[in-house]
Amino acid sequence: MTPRSWWRTALGVVLVALMLFPVYWMFNVSLTKTGDMRADPPHWFPWDPTFEGYAAAFTQQLPALATSLFIGLGTVALTLVVALPAGYSLAKLRPLGGRGIDFLLLVAQMIPGVVMAMGFYAIYIRLGMLNTVAGLIVADSTLAVPFGVLLFRAFMASIPAELMAAAQIDGASTWRTFRSIILPLSRNSVITVSLFTFLWAWSDFIFASTLNRNSDVIPITLGIFRYIGNNTTQWNSIMATAVIASIPAAFLLVLAQRYIAAGVTAGAVKD
Amino acid sequence: MRRAAHPSPPRRRSPRWTAFAFLAPLVVYLIVFYAYPLYRNIELSVHDYTPRAFVQGNPEFTGWENYRNILSDDTFLRALRNTAVFTLGSIAVQYALGLALAVFFHRNFRLSAVLRAMFLVPWLLPLIVSASTWSWMLNSENGIVNAALQAFGIGQINWLTSPDTSLLSVTIANIWLGIPFNLVILYAGLQNISADLYEAAGLDGANAWQRFWRITFPLLRPVSAITLLLGLIYTLKVVDIIWIMTKGGPADASATLAIWSYREAFGTGQPDFSPAAAVGNILILIAFAAGLLHVHLQRKEERA
Repeated sequence: MTPRSWWRTALGVVLVALMLFPVYWMFNVSLTKTGDMRADPPHWFPWDPTFEGYAAAFTQQLPALATSLFIGLGTVALTLVVALPAGYSLAKLRPLGGRGIDFLLLVAQMIPGVVMAMGFYAIYIRLGMLNTVAGLIVADSTLAVPFGVLLFRAFMASIPAELMAAAQIDGASTWRTFRSIILPLSRNSVITVSLFTFLWAWSDFIFASTLNRNSDVIPITLGIFRYIGNNTTQWNSIMATAVIASIPAAFLLVLAQRYIAAGVTAGAVKD
Repeated sequence: MRRAAHPSPPRRRSPRWTAFAFLAPLVVYLIVFYAYPLYRNIELSVHDYTPRAFVQGNPEFTGWENYRNILSDDTFLRALRNTAVFTLGSIAVQYALGLALAVFFHRNFRLSAVLRAMFLVPWLLPLIVSASTWSWMLNSENGIVNAALQAFGIGQINWLTSPDTSLLSVTIANIWLGIPFNLVILYAGLQNISADLYEAAGLDGANAWQRFWRITFPLLRPVSAITLLLGLIYTLKVVDIIWIMTKGGPADASATLAIWSYREAFGTGQPDFSPAAAVGNILILIAFAAGLLHVHLQRKEERA
C-alpha cells in the first residue's frame, strides 16, 4: 500500500460518512428520549439511549410487519411463477412474437405507478378486491415481473444449448428439461430476482396507499405513514419503526451483496 | 427464425406450441395486469367518473373534455414546470455525483469494494424510511439541518413548509436516493474501458484531468445516455418521496404531474378519477417519448 492509496481510503470513508448521515440520524433519533427530541442543539450521539421507541414500534407495528412479510413472500411466488417459464421460453424456445414481448416489457416498466394504481383501483372496486392482501400482492408483482423476465432471459440464454440437447436425446420433455436442468442452473438468478422482488413489495407505498388505504390489514410502509400523520411528537417511535423496516435492505446488503450488482446492471430497473 | 422450416419430423407437440405454452402465463399476465389497467385508465379519462358512477358503472361520456380542462388549468403549467425542475435537476446532479464517485472508486484501493457497497444503502431502503428521515432532518424547528446551519449563523429555513424551498428540498432527497443507481451503472461502464488506453495516455504525459475528458467521458457516452434516460423515466414517475415529505405543497410549490394526478385521485376526501387519469395519460406520453429514445439508443449501442 502506497501512502497515496491510504489517502484515497480516508477520502472514501469521509464520503461514505456524508452519504450515510441520514441513515445514522435515523438510528440516533430512534434511540432518543421523547423529552430530548426537541433539544437545542440536538443530541448528535445517543449517549443516553432509550428503547421506548422500539418498544412502541413493536407493540403497535408488529401486525403491519407480519403483513408486509406475507405480501413480500406472496409477491415473490407470483413473480417467479410467471417470469421463470417466460424467461426460459424467450431465451431458448424462440416463441412467435418474442421480440414484441421484449418491447412490451420495456414499455411496461415506463408506466407511472400512479397510473397503474388508478387502473387497479377501477378494476378492484368492481371485483371487491380493494383492501385485500391478495389484491396488493397482484399489484406489487407488476413492479417485478418485467424485471424478472428480462433477467431470467439474459441468464438462461447463457446456458449452453448442448446441455439441453443432451437431455432431449435422453428423451426428456421440454418441461422436464426446464425442471431438471434449467431451474437448478438458474439458482443464482432466481435468488437475485427473489431478493429484489421481496424488497420492492416490502417497500411499496403507492399501491398500499391507494388500494389498501381503508384496510385494517396494512403493510409496514402504510403503518409508518399513518404514524407520521397521527403523532408527530413521537419521532423516536417512527424512526424505530423505520429502522425495523430497513432490516430486509440491511440483510440484502450484508448477505447477498454479490446479487445486488448483478441485478442492477442486468435489468437496470428501479422505481 | 420466424420463417425457418423445421426439417425434422415433430416427435412430440410442435416446438412452436411448447414455446408458447411456457410464454402463456406471461402473456395472460401482461394483458390482465398491464393492458387492462391501462385501458381502464384511458376509459376513466374520457368519462366523467364521480365516486357514485364508479360503483354503479354509468359515467357520462365526455370525450376530450377532461384533457381540455387539465390543459387550461393553472395547475398544469405549474406542475409541468415543477416536473421539469425536479426531474432535470435530479438527474443532472445524480449523474455528475455518480460519475465522480464511479471514477473515484474505479481506482482500486484498500476497502474500495466495501465502501462502494455502502453507497448502495440509500437505494435499498424503503422510500417511506428515507422520506420520513429527510422530513425530520429538514424539520424547521427541530431538524438537524437547521441546527447545523445555525452554527454558521444562518437563520431558520422552513425547508418543507416554505413555497421557496419545498421543491428544492424534495429534489435534494431524490438526488440522494438516485446517486447509488448512477454510481453502479457508470462504474460498470468504466470497467469496460480498456486499461491500455489510460496507459498509452499516461505515456504521452496526459494528466488525470485530460485523461478524464479525452478518454473516460467520450467513451462513456453511450452508457451515460442510457443512465440519464433511465433516470428521466424513473424520476418522472416519482410520487412517494414528494407525497410523504410535502404532499406537493405548500400551495402546489412542489407538485409535479405525478403528484397532481395522485392527489386528484387519492389525496383528498373527494376522489376525482377522471382528471387524474387524464394527467396520468399525459405523463405516460412524456415517459414513452423518453422510452422510445432509450430503446433507440440501446439498439444503436448493440449494433456498435
